[in-house]
Amino acid sequence: MAADKHAASLKMLTAALIVLLFTGCSDDGASVRQFSADAYPQRLSEWGLFDYSGAQLRLSDGVEAYDLNTPLFTDYAQKLRTVWMPSGSAAQYSSDATFEFPVGTIISKTFFYPMTDTGLVRADFTWPENTRTLSTDAVTLMETRLLVKQASGWDALPYVWQGDDAYLKIAGDLKMLEMSLPDGEAQTFPYIVPSRNQCASCHATNHTTGALKPIGPKARHLNRGYLGRDGNQLLEWQSAGRLQNLPVLEEVAINADFTDNSQFLAARSRAYLDINCGHCHNAQGAADTSGLLLDASVESNRQLGLCKPPIAAGGGTGGRTYSIVPGEPDHSILIYRLETTDPGTMMPELGRSLVHQEGVTLLKDWITSLDGECVEMSSD
Amino acid sequence: MTYTITSHSLARFLPVIVLSAMLSACGQPESAAPAEQPTTQISYEEQLRLALETASPGDVITVPEGVHPMTRSLVLNTDGVTIRGAGMDKSVLSFAGQLAGAEGLLVNASDFTIEDIAIEDSKGDALKVNEGRNIIIRRVRTEWTRGPHTENGAYGIYPVQTENVLVEGSVAVGASDAGIYVGQSRNVVVKDSRAEYNVAGIEIENTIHADVFNNIATNNTGGILVFNMPDLPQLGHSTRVFNNTIVTNNTGNFAPPGGAVAGVPAGSGIVINANDKVEIFDNDIADNQTANILISSYFSAGYSSDRETAEAFDPYPEGIFIYANRFRDGGNAPDREELEMLRLAMFGEEGSLPDVVWDGFVNPELSAENVLCVDNGESLVINIDAAGGYENVTVDMTAHTCELEKLTEVVLAAN
Repeated sequence: MAADKHAASLKMLTAALIVLLFTGCSDDGASVRQFSADAYPQRLSEWGLFDYSGAQLRLSDGVEAYDLNTPLFTDYAQKLRTVWMPSGSAAQYSSDATFEFPVGTIISKTFFYPMTDTGLVRADFTWPENTRTLSTDAVTLMETRLLVKQASGWDALPYVWQGDDAYLKIAGDLKMLEMSLPDGEAQTFPYIVPSRNQCASCHATNHTTGALKPIGPKARHLNRGYLGRDGNQLLEWQSAGRLQNLPVLEEVAINADFTDNSQFLAARSRAYLDINCGHCHNAQGAADTSGLLLDASVESNRQLGLCKPPIAAGGGTGGRTYSIVPGEPDHSILIYRLETTDPGTMMPELGRSLVHQEGVTLLKDWITSLDGECVEMSSD
Repeated sequence: MTYTITSHSLARFLPVIVLSAMLSACGQPESAAPAEQPTTQISYEEQLRLALETASPGDVITVPEGVHPMTRSLVLNTDGVTIRGAGMDKSVLSFAGQLAGAEGLLVNASDFTIEDIAIEDSKGDALKVNEGRNIIIRRVRTEWTRGPHTENGAYGIYPVQTENVLVEGSVAVGASDAGIYVGQSRNVVVKDSRAEYNVAGIEIENTIHADVFNNIATNNTGGILVFNMPDLPQLGHSTRVFNNTIVTNNTGNFAPPGGAVAGVPAGSGIVINANDKVEIFDNDIADNQTANILISSYFSAGYSSDRETAEAFDPYPEGIFIYANRFRDGGNAPDREELEMLRLAMFGEEGSLPDVVWDGFVNPELSAENVLCVDNGESLVINIDAAGGYENVTVDMTAHTCELEKLTEVVLAAN
């Protein structure tokens, strides 16, 4: 029986692993390593991106943290994003697309939650001043996703934390978590680690070619100081020799920080739609089947959903007629999709099991502010 | 349960693990215990997922007999893979306990074959194939087992933006939109299949060159639909619907309001909406209580807006040719007030609407002959003149006594 053979093979494999653990070479353990696509390690630690002591996660030399003006919502998880490029290499600037990174680049995103005393996960977190060390005392590490640039293109690798290391889980994972909400209530939800193919569901931003790309490292997302502090990440990358062809900052696009009330409502909303929806809802994306395009480049109101009827939304309409009805968020399909947690109808399809209340509020305010009405077409 | 799914995928994956362990043994942390996931207790769900995630072109992934519970969507991104069960009533992927994912099985790949398997009770679409060439869906059953329900997933078998697509010998039951839905595709054959208790049995939308034949569509809200929707990369035309049995599609519309099919009246045999060059012949069409055939423009779709109306969208059906069908009954209890009033006024309490009901919208630059030709014995067209406020309702066949050039057969490229 194949099952027995399978089990036997795995036993042998486990034995082999144990042997290797005790006979493998040892080096300083501090430097980043690269692997060919047919030899990705099972343990995250083998990449050498981090030094994890059990109490803190420290970035290795050459591994730089960055963050985005407005990030993707992922069930209120905190995210530590890093990039590492081979010594002496640099990314090429692009005004609107993902930067062109050198072969060998490793981008990581570590998802974690702060914990309450009673072991529930929390939505709020204060990032440390020290940008190279993350104390994990009151934090639970969930997963670290890697994007690795090979000569053939980017590969996506999901690693799931368990004890002192994270382990490659090609098929992803599901973990039930309990979150302490700001109102004192607790909510249980399935935290989803995407499978490798599900990584492509977002990162194959051109669904026709299927080629994976990082989403965050674009000029408009990075154009800010790390964690909102002084300075500018693009200038820092440039001065470190990690970014070439950067124009003067005045010419670089900038997405709004969706939480920053001092910025225009429309800019904050478009930034939110861009990072949360634009990877599929773009003219080449998986969701071009819907005719609804939400990335930053879209200028047509109709493509953005104004008075646009759905195509194949099924129950995803929530009984509503148009994606966006100006002035009427509660009649807009877009809001329905964000407010539901039904896996068959919610948006985004991947990456959340909870409602992002702050995002919903923002987009409701924006739709409320829009003028006009949707009128029945006549044939005259 | 037996674990025999992964004919060679998993077998090939194992050496990879070993190899990677050998190459990457440097720099292990202090903890030497192999804390890997408990490998001997991988559920069938995880085995199948791993087989899909690590598939190589040419792989045949076999799914054994049994009901296999799934909690998350399955995704396949590798070209040239076959998924093969032991029969559509034997190998069942059950998503009744699904916690995450918008589909049952999502395929983003070409040269894909799936056969002899069932996908049940997914939260969203059951089987979605998004972009790909040479797709074969053979003897696949998609079903929501509680029967018609608004909260069932939208589509059963759902290839979209695909080319060279064969759906054959399949069964689709209970979809809250369309059981078999082919969207924005090119060169499509749907045959020898059965669609029952869906809102739309079989729907061809924004698709170029489709042959739909030898199917049974019954107990749906609408049997077979050929639609065009605006705002999409491709407008459809050239669909042949022939040799099908389209009877008793009288199930109340249970689609969530808002979508296109929510506007389909219960009791619709065939519905053409805003599509062009559709040939309907040699079908058995009977007992569909609103109408055996409905021809309508986008204006009758229940919604439409004039705000930046999609450029290049043609809201009018044109080039519809209906001949040599066998009609029986139908049109006796229309699911629309205006149609019921027309029935009573023109045909009496016991009367029925004619076999073909047309909303009467014509492109101002064209005439009725461009819309609809009928050569079907005694069968009549009723133009309900929805365009003119139902003022000039007529069953005059003068404008429809015409013939159109017949469409060519869809020939699928060999693969």
